[in-house]
Amino acid sequence: MNSAPWIILFSPLLAAAVIAIATQPFKKLSSYLSVAAVAVAFLFSLSVFGSADQEASFNWMDLGVFQVRFGYMIDGFSKMMLLVVTGVGLLIHVYSLGYMKEDRGRSRYFAGLSLFMFSMLGIVLANNFIMMFIFWELVGVSSYILIGHWFERPSAADAANKALIVNRIGDFGFMLGILMVWSASGTVMFDELSSKWATLGLGAGYTTIAALMIFCGAVGKSAQFPLHVWLPDAMEGPTPVSALIHAATMVAAGVYMLARVYFLFAGSAAALSVVLWIGLLTSLLAALMATQQDDIKRILAYSTLSQLGLMVSAIGLGVPAAALFHLFTHAFFKALLFLGAGSVIHSLHDEQNIWQMGGLQKKMPITFWTFLIATLALSGCPPLAGFWSKDGIVAAAFEYNVGGGVVITVINFFTAFYMARLFAVAFLGTARSEKAGHAHESPQVMTIPLLLLAVPSVVAGFPPVARIFFSEAESSEPSIPAIAVSVAVFIAGIAAGFALYRGKSSDPVRIPLFANRFYIDQFYSGLVKWTQDSLASISAFVDRWVIDGGVVRGLGGTTWGFGFALRFLQIGNLQAYAFLFGLGVVLLLYLVLFAL
Amino acid sequence: MATLNDYLLASGLLFTIGFAGVLLRRNIIIIFMALELMLNAANLSLVGFSRFHVQAGLPDYNAQVLVFFIITVAAAEVAVGLAVIVALYRARQTTHIEDLNTLKF
Amino acid sequence: MPAALFWIFASFMLFFGVMVVVNRNPVASALSLVVCFLGLAALYISLDAFFLGVIQILVYAGAVMVLFLFIIMLLDLKAERRRQFNLIAMFGGIVVIVLFVKVLFDVCYGFQGGNALFPAIHSDEHGDTWLVGMALFQQYKLPLQMIGALVVVASVGAVLLSKRELK
Repeated sequence: MNSAPWIILFSPLLAAAVIAIATQPFKKLSSYLSVAAVAVAFLFSLSVFGSADQEASFNWMDLGVFQVRFGYMIDGFSKMMLLVVTGVGLLIHVYSLGYMKEDRGRSRYFAGLSLFMFSMLGIVLANNFIMMFIFWELVGVSSYILIGHWFERPSAADAANKALIVNRIGDFGFMLGILMVWSASGTVMFDELSSKWATLGLGAGYTTIAALMIFCGAVGKSAQFPLHVWLPDAMEGPTPVSALIHAATMVAAGVYMLARVYFLFAGSAAALSVVLWIGLLTSLLAALMATQQDDIKRILAYSTLSQLGLMVSAIGLGVPAAALFHLFTHAFFKALLFLGAGSVIHSLHDEQNIWQMGGLQKKMPITFWTFLIATLALSGCPPLAGFWSKDGIVAAAFEYNVGGGVVITVINFFTAFYMARLFAVAFLGTARSEKAGHAHESPQVMTIPLLLLAVPSVVAGFPPVARIFFSEAESSEPSIPAIAVSVAVFIAGIAAGFALYRGKSSDPVRIPLFANRFYIDQFYSGLVKWTQDSLASISAFVDRWVIDGGVVRGLGGTTWGFGFALRFLQIGNLQAYAFLFGLGVVLLLYLVLFAL
Repeated sequence: MATLNDYLLASGLLFTIGFAGVLLRRNIIIIFMALELMLNAANLSLVGFSRFHVQAGLPDYNAQVLVFFIITVAAAEVAVGLAVIVALYRARQTTHIEDLNTLKF
Repeated sequence: MPAALFWIFASFMLFFGVMVVVNRNPVASALSLVVCFLGLAALYISLDAFFLGVIQILVYAGAVMVLFLFIIMLLDLKAERRRQFNLIAMFGGIVVIVLFVKVLFDVCYGFQGGNALFPAIHSDEHGDTWLVGMALFQQYKLPLQMIGALVVVASVGAVLLSKRELK
């Protein structure tokens, strides 16, 4: 058994354990330890990338009828994901050295980051459902720890709770799906399942429901509608956390899982269309909501939601390779966007409202240009990375589901539009506030990762580069109409955005429905409140009338009543006593002598 | 000749008369006397059985010893009971049983 | 003993027993009880229980009933005035009595063994008293002593209870 995958997996865990147990008081040491662990993982990922596909596992828990296996699966998907996760992770760890320099809880932060790396790598490497589910939950826990890093802030603590709880809801469906798959096929190993699943002869209903239950896990983890509500609130965490977890890696875990077990969906057209339309719905709603947000991180969060929706709809269209390709490119430029936003926030002393920024071209040049590159990449400007991956999805859409294709085009228009809005307001024009006037470039430890991320944002989409990572090359002929439409939409969106927002000092367009996120959060909190109130009133009723009145007072009252009735036998009249006595004797005599 | 059943019947009827007296009379002395009647009815049936259950040509004297004891105990009981009634009469000035009703809840 | 004598004495006893219960004058009740005991003693003698018959007259009719009469005189009880009848109680009492009589008859007529004649006994040269005494002093020594103690206790108790200071 090759030891490289195990080293990749366990070195972050080792770092997290050491920090938690030993080096918490020594903040610098802890941070370097964490960075070193990720660097080791990255190096070994490179070596694994060059080696052949392999898989191995061992029995972790053997219960006779049921075994939990612990192992790794190295194939095209996981090699690519390993590089993305460890590479982007390494850059973000280095960036955090600068961003979190004054934070008091640095050791805790880096321990959390290392724990997260361990869990995410576990998901990437897992070769069976049970192991993946265990690491799935671990990722949720790490996310909770990291979102709630500044837990003295009530909003941060609430956001961490919300993330975990909403994730749990999705995970419940996921568990049901795993159970259904396991009971139908008797195994949870991915390679066995992929060969067995189609031949099992299950009914269409069963396969659809099993696939949809598994999809629930992705809905929770990748924040699809209706469980998308946790992702914007998760921006309460530190910006590097948002970059790592909620842009590049954790939320991508759902898409990665779907691609891994795509064979479960392949047989069920109904499940695939559900996946497609939920993806499209999420994407569209998020894009609309993003056009009206004022917090820079929120805009980027909704953008992430929107792109995730695109990836999920690619799965629904039947092209998991295209989905993974977009995931790959998206990791780079989204991480870059977040880190750039973090750089701005840091130098403006924790200002996050875009209407308080502006005029940053001269003051923060590196941030400015890398952010521009990432914006163009996200909006689909050829020949940057985002253009190729989005084009893959659009082409597949027009081939399989034209209606979906139209929706995706609309989404791409809005994507370009809100990114242009963001850029125009936050970076261009004149400084809109004091803080923006005093901005300065961030330290090198933060700008170097920005530069390093800009490179793949530009080149990762080029077909020669893509073919290195995606050996099952999706070398379908690029369709000219699709490309033309994409480019047209890109230009239109950017133009509209700049036209509306250039040089403005406040938002000219106010759409409350989008700004209030379609009131979905209010709906959920109202629903929870209503459920809780009805349950509580039922319990109160039962407690007061059934238990208290019926059982407790009933028993007591019955006894009291009996006592009260029997009291009247003791009236003091001796002859009455004698009478009762005689009656008893007579009856007893009758019983004994004649009845028995 | 009288048979055992006849004696038993007589004993039972005497017992019933005594019991009726206990239930129906109001004066506590009369009730006490009726109580004595009941005891004597039991004695009669015991003596009847003693005569009926003959062992080795002699009646069974165990029952007669028991009757002896019963008579003794009844006498003692009468003594003490009447002393109590006298004390009660001194306290309440009545021998009517319905006035003696404080033994209650 | 001829059946006729039995029936005479039995009906004597029962009649005066009823008189005890029915009479309103307590003295008349007491005297009826005395005659009832006489009839009972006659029945004992008809059963060859000579000792017990004599004891019955000596103790019961002679001592106990005299005591009753003393108390009646002491308390100076007059004939009972008519108080209102508690019909319900009376009805209840009569029901019980009737039921009891029914049980009695059922038992007596169910008891087949009792229809036989009394077995014969031979008269012993010692006499009945001697035999009862032997049974008392040989087999029932302990109960005899206890009865003695009981009687003493009863006397003491009676004296105590009649003291005037005792409230």
